[in-house]
Amino acid sequence: MIHTSAASDGLARVEEFEGRSLWQDARTRLFRNKAAVASMVVLGIIATMAVLAPYLSPHPYDELYWERIQAPPDFENAHWFGTDGNGRDLFVRTLYGARVSLLVGILATTVSLVIGVTYGAVAGFLGGRIDNLMMRFVDVMYSLPFMFFVILLMVIFGRNIFLIFVALGAVEWLTMARIVRGQTLSVKRKDFIEAAHAGGVSNTKIIFRHIIPNVLGPVIVYMTLTIPQVILTESFISFLGLGVQEPLTSWGVLIAEGARVMEQAPWMLIFPASFLALTLFAFNFIGDGLRDALDPKDR
Amino acid sequence: MTAVLDVRNLDTRFATPDGEVHAVNDVSFHIDEGESVGIVGESGSGKTQIFLSIMGLLARNGRAGGEVHYRDKQLLGLPRRELNKFRGVTLSMIFQDPMTSLNPYLRISRQMTEVLVEHKGFDEAAARKRSIALLDRVGIPSAGQRFDLYPHEFSGGMRQRVMIAMALLCEPDLLIADEPTTALDVTIQAQILELLADLKRDFGTAIILITHDLGVVAGLCDRVMVMYAGRVVEKGPVRDIFYRPQHPYTLGLLNSMPRIDAQGASELAAIPGQPPNLQNLPQGCAYRDRCPYAFERCRVDDPALRPLDPAQWGAAREKACHLERLEGRRQEAPTLNGGVLA
Amino acid sequence: MSESLLSVRDLKVHFEVRVGGLFAGRYLPLKAVDGVSFELKAGETLGIVGESGCGKSTLGRAILRLIEPTGGRCVWLGEELSSLNAQAMRAKRQDMQIIFQDPLASLNPRMTVGEIIAEPLRTFAPGIGRDGMKARVKELMAKVGLLPQMINRYPHEFSGGQCQRIGIARAMVLDPKLIVCDEPVSALDVSIRAQIVNLLMRLQQEFGLSLLFISHDLSVVRHISHRIMVLYLGRVMEIADRESIYLHPRHPYTQALISAVPVPDPDKERAKRRLVLQGDLPSPLAPPSGCVFRTRCPKATGLCAEEIPVLEEDGTGNRHRVACHHWRE
Repeated sequence: MIHTSAASDGLARVEEFEGRSLWQDARTRLFRNKAAVASMVVLGIIATMAVLAPYLSPHPYDELYWERIQAPPDFENAHWFGTDGNGRDLFVRTLYGARVSLLVGILATTVSLVIGVTYGAVAGFLGGRIDNLMMRFVDVMYSLPFMFFVILLMVIFGRNIFLIFVALGAVEWLTMARIVRGQTLSVKRKDFIEAAHAGGVSNTKIIFRHIIPNVLGPVIVYMTLTIPQVILTESFISFLGLGVQEPLTSWGVLIAEGARVMEQAPWMLIFPASFLALTLFAFNFIGDGLRDALDPKDR
Repeated sequence: MTAVLDVRNLDTRFATPDGEVHAVNDVSFHIDEGESVGIVGESGSGKTQIFLSIMGLLARNGRAGGEVHYRDKQLLGLPRRELNKFRGVTLSMIFQDPMTSLNPYLRISRQMTEVLVEHKGFDEAAARKRSIALLDRVGIPSAGQRFDLYPHEFSGGMRQRVMIAMALLCEPDLLIADEPTTALDVTIQAQILELLADLKRDFGTAIILITHDLGVVAGLCDRVMVMYAGRVVEKGPVRDIFYRPQHPYTLGLLNSMPRIDAQGASELAAIPGQPPNLQNLPQGCAYRDRCPYAFERCRVDDPALRPLDPAQWGAAREKACHLERLEGRRQEAPTLNGGVLA
Repeated sequence: MSESLLSVRDLKVHFEVRVGGLFAGRYLPLKAVDGVSFELKAGETLGIVGESGCGKSTLGRAILRLIEPTGGRCVWLGEELSSLNAQAMRAKRQDMQIIFQDPLASLNPRMTVGEIIAEPLRTFAPGIGRDGMKARVKELMAKVGLLPQMINRYPHEFSGGQCQRIGIARAMVLDPKLIVCDEPVSALDVSIRAQIVNLLMRLQQEFGLSLLFISHDLSVVRHISHRIMVLYLGRVMEIADRESIYLHPRHPYTQALISAVPVPDPDKERAKRRLVLQGDLPSPLAPPSGCVFRTRCPKATGLCAEEIPVLEEDGTGNRHRVACHHWRE
């Protein structure tokens, strides 16, 4: 029988201290990591440039400049990165490429996140035969040659940007599911889960209130490390000639074109490749920083 | 009596992102040949850090200062190679969890003979013979057959015995035991303590026993050193410390422990409050917020360790407290003398 | 004679453990709890002691059905617990709670203290509203000795002793009748243990709680319990009132256990007649036949290997029961 006493009204009036959650602690630790902070700044700059692409250059991304085909960087005409084989301004195309690459990276990873977390948490929590079945399915999927499927999809359904990120997401969720399942298994054993059972909390509430918030750490870290992988994969597909449709471009496409004429027009390779490399480095440093910040063993 | 270990003004600090942690604060003590000293304290008292500092096992962000002499050799600050001539040879340390102190991938035989071959120049056969003899001595049944097993094939109590045997291989002058029985069942603990007492008698090894369990200290140790928040708060012969404690913390600890031979179930005389945060020690005496005898001076002045009048208190009694004389008595709950406790 | 709150009869918890290699493996039963019986009255504390492998933690959890018993009966206020379906069992949990050995691990690190303590209210009494819950939480925090202003703090901002108080507050929030205490002070500093023991005893007095106090620390158990049960390899060796068991331990294991506990009294400790047991605990996968204690028992005979000793009264009329063939000698 629950009874609140008169004394407790007096207690309500005393001011309450603010707590310092583990997320806040992690954020503090992250900001102490110089490499991670620098990377966040770099990424921020690249993302901003990608968003503001049309405003940063007087040239539209698909305009052909017949007089200046494959021309080196030329500040008079505002071709800061030179032009490509069709006479299009490389600077603005690099930034549009950034849009596509970053978008594909983030969206594909988000798709994999949603599918992977749900699948992994359910498998890990239920355990036993269901878990076994679910994970064997993942194992089978893992062993299939993903590259061939993506290429097959591209060939059958055409080079559609949405198709690309769905396809990539559908592959990345496998590892996410494994990670989340592993984390769920270790969180499941913790005393506070048993305490929740003992407190009569239902299974669904346990998964959402107790398990998922405590597996998010590694999930976030893995996310930041998946994004560069996806971008790289997309670049590879584009390099093979199966990427986004013209006149849209991505870094992979630009690098493919640049590699072909590497000796005559090195700028066509250097600029997009540098942006790609910088972005990959940045995500990796942030991912590492997040892992260190979220790892409780640091305390 | 020659001092085997003489520590003067040992001071250990750790640099952490949240500030400096003063883990060991101006600690001085000595231990003579063949005697056993109990170092009592709770978590954060610094009792383990003292010996990690001495043995050169501090974490990377730790710095130890002061003087530590093994006989006449200064140990602190010695380079690894020099220190290794002492570690495991004349000064041995065993830890709470034998599972993590033994290499799970190597057989016991290998781990033991290695020590003798390295440090004493034995050949394999001689090393084997001596190791098995020692395992036998510490009470491992069928030592010869068990010798080639892996650590996980021994039980907890057996593993601790193996650890002790390994620590004694080179016949050290000093054995430092850090909570050696805390993780063991109480009947196994009794066996191990009995073993340590026997070894002390037969080998004449000096033993330092680091523990939070006052009962263990009462049975095994000749002298006791009580630590709180990195400082030594009281030192003296074991009977003195237990029957006439002169520091409020020692008295508080003794009174707050439930005793198996006590009668009645009145409230325990608990020490109020929390152990201090080493990153944020209050000014003055670290114990003052929990001390029923604290007065003005305690809030300002951090008391230094000072000797008590030998005429009144006997030899080698020291305490770090502003109180001249602690009048509080140990709770004289009527104790039972019947049954197995007679 | 008050009615028994909890009546446990011949409770068994057997696990199937796979032993052996990849191809030749087989399943052996691990008899963690092998036929334990006892009664618990309202307002009473039963101390359950034993060393590792004795099954005391498993027993505590089996009673609450956090681990499913594989045999025997558990009768709570007249109702057989194992026959209840999941929903009915969940309803019973308002009355039967548990506190854990590792205080910090038993709290969700991502929830505030207030949310942690309020969770049982959200589960069973959602109708009292946010303000009602907050008031009740603060009331309990004060009762267990925590500053109510700390309600928005997170578990890692508290010390071990304070975390245990939070766990106790959470267990108490629905006014339970029974709390299973699984080694609640073993992981705490010595100077804090006394505070928590005092708190539990005070709460028991005030609310008429029954406690199942599971511990390997005989000194603490002796202090807090009314009756004490000694377990070894899943079986009851002896069960008696506190005074009875410490003054007149009948079972050789109990005698050895008591004499092994170091007393913080140098003269007494050194003069003590020690009954040091030889050998190690047998593996629970291969328990000895007959009396499970016989491999370490100084009084063991052939009879002990053949017949399992039954718990019998010692004849003093004290509800003091022993399971030993030779306790009279």
